[in-house]
Parts: sequence; C-alpha cells; structure tokens
Amino acid sequence: MNQRSELLSGNEATALAAIKGGVRFFGGYPITPSTEIAEIMALELPKLGGVFIQMEDEIASICAIIGASAAGMKSMTATSGPGFSLMQEGIGYAIMTEVPTVIVNVQRGGPATGLPTKVAQGDVMAARWGTHGDHPAVVLSPWSVLESFTLTVKAIEISERLRMPIILLSDEIVGHMREVVSLPDSVSVYERKKPTKSPDEYLHYADDTNYDSPIASFGEGYRIHISGLTHRKDGFPTNDPKTIAWKMDRLRNKIDQNRDWLHYSEQFDLDAETIIISYGSSARTSLEAKYEYEKKSGKKIGFLRLITLWPFHYKKLTELLKNAKRVVVVEMNQGQMIREISRAVPRGIDVTGVNRVDGELITPEEVLAAL
Amino acid sequence: MNIEIAEYLRLDDRFPHILCPGCGIGSAMNAMVRAISESSMNKNEICVVSGIGCSSRVPGYIDCDTFHTLHGRAIPSATGIKLARPEMEVIVIAGDGDLLAIGGNHFIHAARRNLDLTVILINNFNYGMTGGQFSPTTPQGKRGTTAPYGSVERDFNVCEMAKVAGAVFVARSTTYHTPHLKGLIKQAMKKKGFAVIEVVSQCPTLYGRLNRMGDAIKMLEYYRDNSITVTQVKEPKDAEGKIVIGVLWETEAPEYSEVYKKVIDIAQKK
Repeated sequence: MNQRSELLSGNEATALAAIKGGVRFFGGYPITPSTEIAEIMALELPKLGGVFIQMEDEIASICAIIGASAAGMKSMTATSGPGFSLMQEGIGYAIMTEVPTVIVNVQRGGPATGLPTKVAQGDVMAARWGTHGDHPAVVLSPWSVLESFTLTVKAIEISERLRMPIILLSDEIVGHMREVVSLPDSVSVYERKKPTKSPDEYLHYADDTNYDSPIASFGEGYRIHISGLTHRKDGFPTNDPKTIAWKMDRLRNKIDQNRDWLHYSEQFDLDAETIIISYGSSARTSLEAKYEYEKKSGKKIGFLRLITLWPFHYKKLTELLKNAKRVVVVEMNQGQMIREISRAVPRGIDVTGVNRVDGELITPEEVLAAL
Repeated sequence: MNIEIAEYLRLDDRFPHILCPGCGIGSAMNAMVRAISESSMNKNEICVVSGIGCSSRVPGYIDCDTFHTLHGRAIPSATGIKLARPEMEVIVIAGDGDLLAIGGNHFIHAARRNLDLTVILINNFNYGMTGGQFSPTTPQGKRGTTAPYGSVERDFNVCEMAKVAGAVFVARSTTYHTPHLKGLIKQAMKKKGFAVIEVVSQCPTLYGRLNRMGDAIKMLEYYRDNSITVTQVKEPKDAEGKIVIGVLWETEAPEYSEVYKKVIDIAQKK
C-alpha cells in the first residue's frame, strides 16, 4: 500500500475518510468548528460525481442525507452543538426507519450558542439521549487526526451493517489540531446488500436478522414504504401492541446483539491502583499526566481511553476495572461519562472527576492534582 | 375501481383509507394517481414523499416508492432522493400546516434552488390530524380550535410566495375541479424545475364545521360557484373574493441538477 505523510487536521481527515469510505452525498450547513468538513466535501465530491448540497439549516441537512441514503447513496453530515440539537428529530427518524447515515458532531462549548470556537465535551449525553423515545445509539469518539480518519470509516461501516445513524463525536481540539499522518490510499468498507427476493416477497424490516441484512433502496423496483410511524415488517404503520413490541425490541437488539464488537477502547497498566479514564482530546492530557506522574513517583497509573462512548459496555468496564482502587474520570463537561463509569465499578471504589467547562483544554497539571 | 388507477394503488391491504367522509384529500389523491397513469410513467421510477398530517397519509396508499417523513420535512427529504436518483420522478404531497408553517423555510429554499420536484399542496385551511387548529392559510377571522374567536393572523398566499421564491410553475385548482387538477399535475410533473400546485380542499369535519360552511357538498358547491379561471381575470377586481384557478405562473430557469452537473464537469475538468 502506497502511503505518504501529510499534515492534516482532524476535520480534514474526517472528510477524506468519508470520501474514501464511499460517502457520495453530503448535506450540511456552516457551523464552527465543523465547517472545514463541508468545505472539503464541496470541493472533492463533484470530482467523483458525488453530491454536495448546502441546505437551509441543519434540520434540512439531516433530512436530505436520510433521503439520499434511502435512495441508496452513502451519506453524511457534519455539525456542532446548536446544529446537533436541530438534528435530533431527524436522528430519531433515521433510527426508527433504519436508514444508515453518519453524523459528525465537532463539539464546542454549550448550551445555546455557547462557545463557537472553544472546546468542550458536553454533548456526550445529547449524543446518547438527544432524540425522544427509547432508542439505540452508537457514538464513537476520536482523540487524534489519524483516529478521525479511522473512526469515520468505522462509523460508515457500522451504519451500513446496523442500518442506523452513527455519531462521530469529535471536539474542537481534535477537529482543528494538525498532526502528521499516513493515510491509506483506499479503505475497504462494507457494501449494503441488495435483496434477492422478489418485490412481492420482500419485507423492508424482515426479522431474520437486523445485522448485514439486505436493504432495498428507492428506485430499485421494490416500491417500499418508509415511515417514521411505528411500523410492521413491511414498513406500514401499526397500533398492534405485539408488533410495536417487536419493532422496539428489534431496535434494541441492534445494540444488545452486537455490544461486544461495538466496544472499542485503548488501555494500559490496568493492574495499577489508580486508573485514569478519558476520551477525545482530554484523553491526550490524561496520558501526558500519567507519564508525568510515573516519572515523578515511580508508581504506575492505569489508563483507559473510551473510543466507543455508546453503547457503554458495563460488563466490559467492570472487567477492565476489577483491580482498581480509585478511578479518575477526565472530561470537559460537568460530569457526564463519570455517571456511567460509577455504575460499572464496585461500590466503595472512589470515582473522582476532573472537569473543565471554561472552553480551555484540561491541563496535565489539573489531572496530576487529582491523582 | 378504474383499472388504470388500480395499478397505482396498494389495494391489497391499505384500504379503506383513514380519511373522514367528505374529505377532499381523496379527490386530490385520485387526481394525482390519474395524472401519473395518463402520463404512462413507470411506477418503479416514482417516489411520493410527504410530511405529517392528513394529506401526508396519501403516500401509504400509492404503489410506488413512498416516503412518509417528519412533520414539515417532506421537501428536504425529497431533495436528498432527487439528487441521489435524478432519474426518478419525485412528487411531494402534503398539507398547508406541514409545508407552510413548520416546513415553510424548506419550501422557500427549494423554490429558490429550483430542483426538479412536483409539490402538491393540499390546502384545507387547518390542521386536520390534530383536530382543527388554525394554520398559516386560515383566513383572518376564520375559526380553528386554537382560534375560538377567529384567527388573529393574516393568511399566506402560497402561490404568490412560490412565485417570488423562484418556482418555475405555479398553479391552483380545487377538489371540485378534479379533471382540471389532474391536468395541472400532469403539466407540473412534465415541467423541469420546482413546480407547485395548490389544491383548495374541503375539511368538512373540522374547518367546515367550525366555520359553519355546511357539509362536503356545500363546500364543493362553494368552490364551484366562487372559482374563476386565470384567463377569465381581465382586471384585478375580477379576482376579488374568488379562487383563481389555472396556471398562475410559468417561467424557465436553470434546474438545480443541471447546474450541478456543470459543477461536476468543471471539477472533473471535462
């Protein structure tokens, strides 16, 4: 494989990954700090015969990418805080109708307009629970430029396999920092399977499997019906309690049956008494703090970086943290992931948060002070 | 059942429909299906897209690809489909509340872009599905359940708005004039660009009852007696108090996909 080194930002790497991963439709609306992704898509997609469209708002953007995906094109959008809020209803629609797509949220300070140019990790719960109703969520959090690339490809792959929207939860630091990376010239991405059954026999939501199952798109002669109303296997609305329960279980099973392979994390020295847990850009400071602490004290500190934020794998976390006497959770919010982590460790284990919400990156010194 | 239109309906299990007795939406749907049938289009190459509301339940009955999207979001959803599959005929059918209130911004911008969509706006002057609240087209002073003393707000003239926003084909008909409506829908589908047809329609169950307009027949008779074709309007006063029907505006303008194709050519240095 021919690789060359490039100096790229996280946002640039995300856009390039989308293109290499087969995204040929991007609908978006300008918003700091995600706009570079739209700018690159506007430049690059026409070269490949793909479609870039700047919609009138983020609501229109998510609807356009859902429409394009339902018509068979891999699609994506990128946004930040306020735009992510506007997309929530559409995200729920894609979950309910089982349309694959990717939403990149480059987090900035909130709530409201908040801090457009400054970093935060305050959308962890919005990414999980932002849309109404019970629903599955898959949220991936990159910490580097290279990972902005690899996780974007992974997000496309998961969205196609599980037929659902996947959220890449980046942040302003990861999106805007530049690193030297060697990106592959090509990536292999799962291609949506086409149904082999005749249109008369085809069910858009057949329950043989909801993983890797064939999907018909608009325009392929299957004359499918896609509705955000709770529906039957054939896509038409229902009020039958058993069918409603089937649909809700089907959505939940996307996570329950695939939780293990959806879990990505990176960890070292978990046999140490104290373990730092972090994700995204604050994991970079956390790792720095680990090395500083070890240099000064000679004692090991454990490090666990969550790459998959949702689904949160409680069993896996309990297993990883079984030797911990103390856990320090570093995140740029007022304490969001710490609650999930507290539920995964035995009672009596001290779980301390290191938090910052003033738009500045947490420093290694702040993490050190908590160790 | 007329055999030509039966082919375009999901007759096996979707009927009877959910619409109230006397509702105008069925007439509009009938006109749309006949327009499709008479245009001899391949039903595998048609996508009917809607939002939420009574009018937006139409796609469920049509045997084509059908997309029942979020409230107000039929047009941006249709935009994604049309750009992904330009060869498809994409028809949006939805109501006044859906397309003009919650979806008003999308309507304006889709007209401005001039993407090749056909929009059938069924205007029954109220939110039917939720029980008769006033909408952006409820005339000032007319009642809705959220306007018990009469609507305070002025109403939209949707055809004028579509025209100034950039639509290349704007027409109006009523549920009384269904053959006329069918003809307009055929013209709109043929037209390259953003085409809008306003269908003035009765809601005898809610809007009609709240405003003491009589039953469905009375309301249809009102449309019969108070409509005037656009060619009959010689001077502005002829149209006063009337429903002006026909092609109200038609022009030529570059269509979005065609312009975007040129962008692709430039990007690929063809």
